[in-house]
Parts: sequence; C-alpha cells; structure tokens
Amino acid sequence: MAGPSDNPELQRQLAKLQSQGEQVSPAEITAIVESVMARLAGDLTAADIKLYAELEALARFIQTARSEIAAVRPQDIGATDIPLATDELDAVVGATEEATGTILDAAEALSNIAGALPPEAGEQVNAAVTRIYEACNFQDITGQRITKVVRTLKHIEDRVSAMLSAFGEADRPAGAAAPAPPTAPPEAAKPAAATDSDLLNGPQLPDDAKKQAEIDAILASFDR
Amino acid sequence: MALDKAMNVLIVDDYKTMLRIIRNLLKQLGFDNVDEASDGATALQRLREKDYGLVISDWNMEPMTGLQLLKEVRSDTKLAQIPFVMVTAESKTENVIAAKEAGVTNYIVKPFNAETLKLKLTAVFGPF
Repeated sequence: MAGPSDNPELQRQLAKLQSQGEQVSPAEITAIVESVMARLAGDLTAADIKLYAELEALARFIQTARSEIAAVRPQDIGATDIPLATDELDAVVGATEEATGTILDAAEALSNIAGALPPEAGEQVNAAVTRIYEACNFQDITGQRITKVVRTLKHIEDRVSAMLSAFGEADRPAGAAAPAPPTAPPEAAKPAAATDSDLLNGPQLPDDAKKQAEIDAILASFDR
Repeated sequence: MALDKAMNVLIVDDYKTMLRIIRNLLKQLGFDNVDEASDGATALQRLREKDYGLVISDWNMEPMTGLQLLKEVRSDTKLAQIPFVMVTAESKTENVIAAKEAGVTNYIVKPFNAETLKLKLTAVFGPF
C-alpha cells in the first residue's frame, strides 16, 4: 500500500495542517480523510472499512455538534451576553462605591462631632465610627471579587470565540479577530517558579483565605 | 525604630474607599501627616519628593503592583530603609513568602480591623 510520502497532494495537506496548530476546520479534516481513503481504494481490508465507518461517524458527530452550536447562537455570548453581564457588574461596583462614600461621609462627620462631646460619650462615638470604617472594608473586597468574575467571563468569551473559529469563519461574530494560534506551553510544561503576575489572585473565598494569625506565622518563620 | 506620630505616611491603593478608610484609621491612631497615591508610579514619585517614615500599600494594583513597588523601594538606596507594610486581600502562602523575600516589613490581610493595624505598627515602631 502506498504511503503519504508518494502523494504530493496529501503531503501538502498534512504540511498545511501542521502549520495551523490547533486551528483545523471540519472541512479540512474531511478533505484529509477523503485523500487517505482515496489512496486506500482497491486494497481495503475489513479493518480499513471499520475505520472508515468510524471516521464517517466522527464526521457526522462533528457536523451535528456544529449545527447544535449554531442553533444556540453562540455569537451572542461575546456580542451581547458577556458585555451586558460585565456592565451590570460594573454598575454594582459603582453603586457600592458611592454608598460606601456616603457612609464614610457620615462616619467622618460623627468623628468630628465626637471631639466636642464629653470624654466618655466621645469615646463611644469614636468606637462606633471605627467599626464603621472597618466594615467599609467590604467595598474593596467586593470590588476585587467582581473584577475576578469579569476576568472569568472574559476567559469564557475567548474560549467560545476560539471554538467558533475552529468551526469555521462563517460562524465567527462580525468584526471579531481570529484568535492567535496557541503559543503558551501546556500546563505541565510550565516552569514551577511563580512570576509576579502569578501572584495576582485577588481575594480568596472565606474558607480558603488565610487568617491574619496564619500570615503572621509565615512571616515569623523567616525570623527563626 | 522609634514611633514618631508626626512622621509622613504614604498610603497606596487603587480603591479610593480603601485610601479613605486607612487614612481615617491612622488619624484615630494619631497620624495626621498622611499622603495618598492611587498607583505605584505615583507612589514612587511622592517617595522621591518627600521624606516618608512609613509606606502602607495594597498589592493588587495596575500597572505597577504593590510587590513591584516594594522591590523598587528596596532597590533605591535613598528609600530602601522605609518600613513597608502590605495591606492586601492576597492571602496565599506564596504571596506572603514573595513579599517577605522582597523585603516587606509587615503584612496585613484584608479585611482588617483597627486593632490589627495598630498591632502591626506597634511591631514596626514599638508601643504607642
């Protein structure tokens, strides 16, 4: 049976595939399969026929998946849904920031009045004002958490866009640029050393976040 | 290092609410000379223009992070000795280690309370 080395058309198609990395369309896969099957004509075995049937089934599966994905209008995810969700989250951050500003205005006014009160009452007011300042920490944490969610949404948008691109140019949202071919090394191949950007994780969830005492213990371990 | 409540303190955070909270808590502790910067580059500029006795900085800022600011401060011979306290929501062990290795003086995890701030400043400067 002849191999791909003596088939220039197949060689050209394989070379093109290699240069494309992971960006291979179903049409290109079909063309390659057809080339291989054409070369096999005349000396097919039972195993070949079974393989051909499997490939046909795979092609049908891809076509069905493509139709189903198109039916749920995935372009809307990048064009409408995620921008809308991001705007809503930005509005949450803006509203909490404004409300926190108002609370701090009131707390500062109380703090100024505290100095004119009898000492005991002034101390009580100052203690209450301190608790208000402490509670207003929430705005910073909330803002950082929402920023993490927005980043996650953006990641989902990028993945959906890459998937649409893999299924063909026609399905790509209007005006969207083709995703760059993957250049990052696979997760397992990444170096172990953390870079500065690896350390930007934002607030951990309450159950995962280290308490101040644990932070202090880590710092203290440097002094032993 | 002796505590001098008249010293200049620089607080760095990209959330203006946080700047305001820390400023108010410092005021309650008796620190009145408090300046603010909303990013690392502005902070470095302020540090090179005026004498500061303490920097309190967030970590998660753009484009210069608090860790990068700390490294810049520690690599500048005129600024290297300034106490630098990180106040951040980044609470992973690797963050604390990276900050310590970069020369952080103390580390406060958000959300924090006034007592924690006082304790950390006491650890740096001695009793109030």
